[in-house]
Amino acid sequence: MMSFISYFINGLSLGSVYAIIALGYTMVYGIAKMLNFAHGDVIMIGGYVVFTVVSTMGLGPVAGILLAVILCTVLGVVIEGVAYRPLRMASPLAVLITAIGVSYLLQNIALLVFGSNPKSFTSVVTVPALKLLQGKLIISGETIVTIISCIIIMIGLTMFIKKTRAGQAMLAVSEDKGAAQLMGINVDGTIALTFAIGSALAAVAGALLCSAYPTLTPYTGSMPGIKAFVAAVFGGIGSIPGAFIGGLLLGVIENLSKAYISSQLSDAIVFGVLIVVLLVKPTGILGKKINEKV
Amino acid sequence: MKKSMKKLLSLAMAIALAASLTACGSGKTSETTAAGEKAASGESSGAAASGEGSFKIGGIGPITGSTAIYGQAVMRGAELAIEEINADGGINGAQIVYNFQDDENDTEKAVNAYNTLKDWGMQMLVGTVTSAPCIAVGAESSNDNIFQLTPSGSAVDCAKFENQFRVCFSDPNQGAASAQYIGENKLATKVAIIYDSSDVYSSGIHDKFLSEAPNQGIEIVSDEAFTADNNTNFSVQLQKAQDSGAELVFLPIYYSQAALILAQAKQMGYEPQFFGCDGLDGLLTVENFDTSLAENVMLLTPFAADAKDELTQKFVTTFKEKYGETPNQFAADGYDAVYAIKAAAEKAAITADMDASAICDALKTSMTEISVNGLTGENMKWSKDGEPDKAPKAVKIVNGVYTAM
Repeated sequence: MMSFISYFINGLSLGSVYAIIALGYTMVYGIAKMLNFAHGDVIMIGGYVVFTVVSTMGLGPVAGILLAVILCTVLGVVIEGVAYRPLRMASPLAVLITAIGVSYLLQNIALLVFGSNPKSFTSVVTVPALKLLQGKLIISGETIVTIISCIIIMIGLTMFIKKTRAGQAMLAVSEDKGAAQLMGINVDGTIALTFAIGSALAAVAGALLCSAYPTLTPYTGSMPGIKAFVAAVFGGIGSIPGAFIGGLLLGVIENLSKAYISSQLSDAIVFGVLIVVLLVKPTGILGKKINEKV
Repeated sequence: MKKSMKKLLSLAMAIALAASLTACGSGKTSETTAAGEKAASGESSGAAASGEGSFKIGGIGPITGSTAIYGQAVMRGAELAIEEINADGGINGAQIVYNFQDDENDTEKAVNAYNTLKDWGMQMLVGTVTSAPCIAVGAESSNDNIFQLTPSGSAVDCAKFENQFRVCFSDPNQGAASAQYIGENKLATKVAIIYDSSDVYSSGIHDKFLSEAPNQGIEIVSDEAFTADNNTNFSVQLQKAQDSGAELVFLPIYYSQAALILAQAKQMGYEPQFFGCDGLDGLLTVENFDTSLAENVMLLTPFAADAKDELTQKFVTTFKEKYGETPNQFAADGYDAVYAIKAAAEKAAITADMDASAICDALKTSMTEISVNGLTGENMKWSKDGEPDKAPKAVKIVNGVYTAM
């Protein structure tokens, strides 16, 4: 029983990281209707920025995360402006391919700048581990911080979209880009803001991911990126609570199947569950079915 | 205007991408030239010392490129042994001439290097250093029937042919050797394993360890795998090891994942004895790695530079004087390879005027009859299939450095 709780909490921690990344995917998809496959690599860049600030320059973890958030936000806006905006009218396939191209570009830049040797990441979390039940159950500080951050981000985003003008503009753009523009909403600006928020989340996710699993290579972001994309689809892509639930479920299923079925087959099981969910509910758990207007 | 700006920008991006691609290419060419120069100079120094009535021993390994550290170590270790032997009167009264060629860890260049050495008149080959070139050269040397002893080619196929022998343990044999070491030194009776099932090196060691463990009184209480696509979160595997009551966790994996496992074990407050193979060699060089995490980690490596025995001490001192650095296990493997050839050659009583094929036939038999006390093991013996039989050695990481046990 004790180990079940431990597996479950570790799964929640992993799932929280997926959820934060998935929020970035789902927002960009919901508003710009494109899959930003470079999102995972923005996470990796965020990780390297924190690593450079904290371990090489010797500044505090707060400074590291702040700088990573700023740089990743700028990076996200630049990527959107340079690589995606010119293709706004092109076919979705062209944008998808560009996104994959940007992903490889970022990986190779990191490879050139930082080299292929793995770097050991110093955790940015200083919260001590929680010992429960006379030390039988240990919850690491990273786990606590990751889960709490995920909940705060999720609530913050929902409030932002419901209560602010910019959030309302996002909703409008996501429903009908053309109509929103006619109503005087700056569509390009709104999409750029979406990328800025998504990339800032990626920086936070990068710092948390590398703190929990402390290694950093140019490919650190790619696998979590794909898993988070799956989580976003799982929960219903475009839906913010969906990404949150999808991410948590994915993490818990992955960890529990590792523990009780097979440590080698956990990925196969995760993707198998995804297929079953999509067969039963093609729009994902919280996805809305929108009828195409004729 | 705006449109042309965008075109310009995308053009610039394309150029940047192309430049980053060609950057790798040009790096490689410069390495090739450097290699050419080095190889040429190496050959001339070899030729200068050549004379009638001497054994010609060739060597192949990467002395430039990303694995240069291995090739240089073997080259220097072997060179040191040859100088000692020559100063001592040579093999069966004949001096040794040594010619080492660069292969940059590339199979094609290794075969070219082999052909260069064959033209030079090589009678025995110490090499190659890395596994893939070793397999490629093995196909040629078995065809020509030239004796080949690899110091460090650990892949199974590096000793595939009758004329091939090796000094290091093969990858899977490290599994058996680890089990023996743990059993003989009574390190633990309950052992957990965490291995990479998608990697041939790791699963090879794992399988052999599993089959040897019962013979050593080791009970495998937890046997968990991970794959290349899922190699950052080890919380489940570690939790299972902890729940199973394992005293020792065996990690037949590479150091980058091991660094993660050690960090995560600390996060969850789990402190068993960790034990790994040569894949863990490099753990302490991971940038920014907190070496206190690796405290007391043991790894199976044939050589520790701070071992107290006389042979090691003498080797390390001479090596440091000559090359200004502390020798690693590859240097020791190269050194032992040359002494193994000497022992086999003396046993078979070969002479320098015999041709390479006759020498090979003689050495094939005598290799299985000798026993060598080397840096990487005492009483090393070889079986007919080219595998060494020696007691495994391990080191422990204490205060961030390897310490002999």
